[in-house]
Amino acid sequence: MAEPLHAASGGPGAMSDADAAALELAIEQIVEKARAFGLDFYEMRYEICPADIIYTFGAYAMPTRFSHWSFGKTFHQMKTQYDYGMSKIYELVINSDPCYAFLLDSNSVLQNKLIAAHVLAHCDFFKNNHRFKDTNRQMVSAMASFANRVLSYEHDVGRAKVERFLDAVLAIHEHVDPYPKSQAAAERAKEIRPVNTTPYDDLWSLDQLGQMGAPAPEARSSSKPVPTRDLLLFLLSYNAELEDWQRDVISSLRNEMLYFRPQMETKIMNEGWASIWHARIMRDLDLSGDESLEFARMHAGVLAPQRFQLNPYHVGFHMFEDIEKRYGRERIFEVRETETDVSFIRNYMTREVCEKLDLYLFAKEGDEWRITAKGWEKVRDGIIRQISNSGFPYIYAEDNDYQRRGELYLRHAYEGVELDGQYVKRTLPHVYHIWQRPVHLETTEDDRRILYTFAGEETERKVL
Amino acid sequence: MSSRFSISREDWSLHRQGQMDQDRHLEKVREAIKQHLPDIISDESIITSDGKRMVKVPIRSLNEYRFRYNLDKQERAGQGNGESQEGQTIAKDGSAQQRGPGKGKGAGEEAGEDYYEAALSVDELGDLLFEDLGLPHLDPKKQPDLTARKYQWEDVRKTGLQSNIDKKRTIMEAMKRNLMAGRPPLEGFNRRDVRYKTWEEKFEPQTSAVVLAMMDTSGSMGEFEKYIARGFFFWMVRFLRTKYDNVLIHFLAHSTEAREVTEEEFFTKGESGGTRCSSVYELALSLIQEKYPPDLYNLYPFHFSDGDNLSSDNERSTDLVNRLLEVCNLFGYGEIDATAGGPAYYRSSTLSALFQREITHQRFMSVVIKDKSEVYKALRTFFGPTVMPTNQGVS
Repeated sequence: MAEPLHAASGGPGAMSDADAAALELAIEQIVEKARAFGLDFYEMRYEICPADIIYTFGAYAMPTRFSHWSFGKTFHQMKTQYDYGMSKIYELVINSDPCYAFLLDSNSVLQNKLIAAHVLAHCDFFKNNHRFKDTNRQMVSAMASFANRVLSYEHDVGRAKVERFLDAVLAIHEHVDPYPKSQAAAERAKEIRPVNTTPYDDLWSLDQLGQMGAPAPEARSSSKPVPTRDLLLFLLSYNAELEDWQRDVISSLRNEMLYFRPQMETKIMNEGWASIWHARIMRDLDLSGDESLEFARMHAGVLAPQRFQLNPYHVGFHMFEDIEKRYGRERIFEVRETETDVSFIRNYMTREVCEKLDLYLFAKEGDEWRITAKGWEKVRDGIIRQISNSGFPYIYAEDNDYQRRGELYLRHAYEGVELDGQYVKRTLPHVYHIWQRPVHLETTEDDRRILYTFAGEETERKVL
Repeated sequence: MSSRFSISREDWSLHRQGQMDQDRHLEKVREAIKQHLPDIISDESIITSDGKRMVKVPIRSLNEYRFRYNLDKQERAGQGNGESQEGQTIAKDGSAQQRGPGKGKGAGEEAGEDYYEAALSVDELGDLLFEDLGLPHLDPKKQPDLTARKYQWEDVRKTGLQSNIDKKRTIMEAMKRNLMAGRPPLEGFNRRDVRYKTWEEKFEPQTSAVVLAMMDTSGSMGEFEKYIARGFFFWMVRFLRTKYDNVLIHFLAHSTEAREVTEEEFFTKGESGGTRCSSVYELALSLIQEKYPPDLYNLYPFHFSDGDNLSSDNERSTDLVNRLLEVCNLFGYGEIDATAGGPAYYRSSTLSALFQREITHQRFMSVVIKDKSEVYKALRTFFGPTVMPTNQGVS
């Protein structure tokens, strides 16, 4: 049963009570239809909120997250684009149980109907795709409690210090190992994971590290460590000089990244899945002529192709339709359970879809951006290269005691695409800030091995 | 029925996290601009502008640096409208990322490098630059001609001009009288209720200052030297006009001879010929003698030159600077050294070296500028807080 609607509170542009009532009725129907189609989702909590709030959540990717200027910058940019009518977020949906979906109060009723249907399918995806099996469904409160701890650290050691450390960790927080090597270790880690609401959560995560086979932090061990792409875990494991609050920051940001990674790895599938179901559910509703037109316009807008990057809604939508046409409906439910974007593209991209969507690869030649490939297999492989590791370069931590001087050695696993050297130069000081000793990064440029080194002054680059 | 869902609308008005972090970001933008002021203020596009345009300042320190691929060397996927061809150009460099201030990763139109760009007016830049600058050794001097006359509404009286009735006070008087008589407060007005505002004329003694901007425009002043001197004077003039209501500026240009020029000429015209600095010092002294008695005015001569003076003129120049120092609050000398890194013996023959040897007066300040970012240093040397950090090239 639906809970009663809360009293209206909004300012100008907020939804009227009549509209809210109409929406509630429609959502009841939409939920029914979704179930009839076979979607399987958590209990849904729809929150209707003003643009400022949606954009805050959009920038932070969560209702409550620690404070940092970079979120403020993103918020400002998104809000500016919204204010100038350049782009608009319609909704934000959280992978949690119950599932929170935030709708914009300035959306029309029809728009909110479409979105209500869209997020139901997202929730079905979160609940059923195998990549999400181990995600923490209580992450909303875990992140809120970390946000509180950050506040208390600011109080204890000063805001500038905490901010500087967050700057550093955020610079490399994408570099986790999204697939824990040993399933058993992961299981154990899950068992001991508490409901993260106390100020001592960090202690738990430290225990967890120990159990996952990483050396205890005290040991700057003399034997070479196993190379890992989990830079955050490596720093936690091998830098014994970190203070407790710093360990908590690293381990919490790592947990947040592990929570977000499955969403990054299934962007095309998840948006495609949500788009086919919002379309089907909406077509099943009794829409007036005006509403049908508005629906068609919005659907087309969401699925519009983009010149400089793939529109995941568009590509995912057409691929799922194509799979269903070829293999039947059951198959798309299987696919949404077992694949992630990389395998989805590899296994199901076809010449027909590629040509129909006019996909291409492009690159810079001189001062122009040109289409470099249109053949479907090349395009398919190009997309896979681009989205592998969620688009991040593979960086491995190899040595915690390089040259026997306690220096950190990182290696970029070069696979044909070079790193942005300017960015390397400015990222290494952040790593140094965490490691507190010289840091190195080996990479490949113009077929030569290059070593970038930062030892406290300026990043140096030399050919090996 | 088990369709479990809920809809709610909360009061979000207290949720301010986005705005608060946005404020923090803007604070960092200001910090970054302040740190880079030396480079920003000597940017050619500002100095040669009319001072009205917006300045775009790329702030790379507020990029969120990551290990990332070189976008120029990466093949990426995109979508056409159904008619795309291999080899077709889809964007020229620059066009794909021109999205103005506040550009972001939105809308999927990203190609090429991006960085945060703050847009601010020359005035805003000036505010940051002038924050703690001031005219040094400024004395309040009596100068009847330059005192400002101010009118202030100071008093309320029972008689006055009809147009200056103070309505609020009048109504309050009426209410008081009516209430005391036991009537409702607004039961009519009486002649005696009326109050008038009156003003007083006030004279505020002002500190009056005269700045003499002197610039070498001889043939030896090359592009770089002129650029530096004008850069300095550009900001000096803006600074004086922003901070002081009452500063007179004279523009004096010289080669072997000196003359007073208009502001526009000063900033645009060059000359040729040799250099005789004494000519402009003489002109400055005569201006002061004719118009600005030192007991009534604060006097600030500033001279910029490449230091390449006719050696026969050196003694006379030194004498004149000393005479100026007797009557002025400060003498500022800036020398532009385009030969940075060149032989040291050359520099020892310049005016700067000469002045350093010969002039011992406390209020003589000189600065040598080798690089355009040092315009900032010059401004701070002459106008900065009086306790200057050492080794700023101050002599």
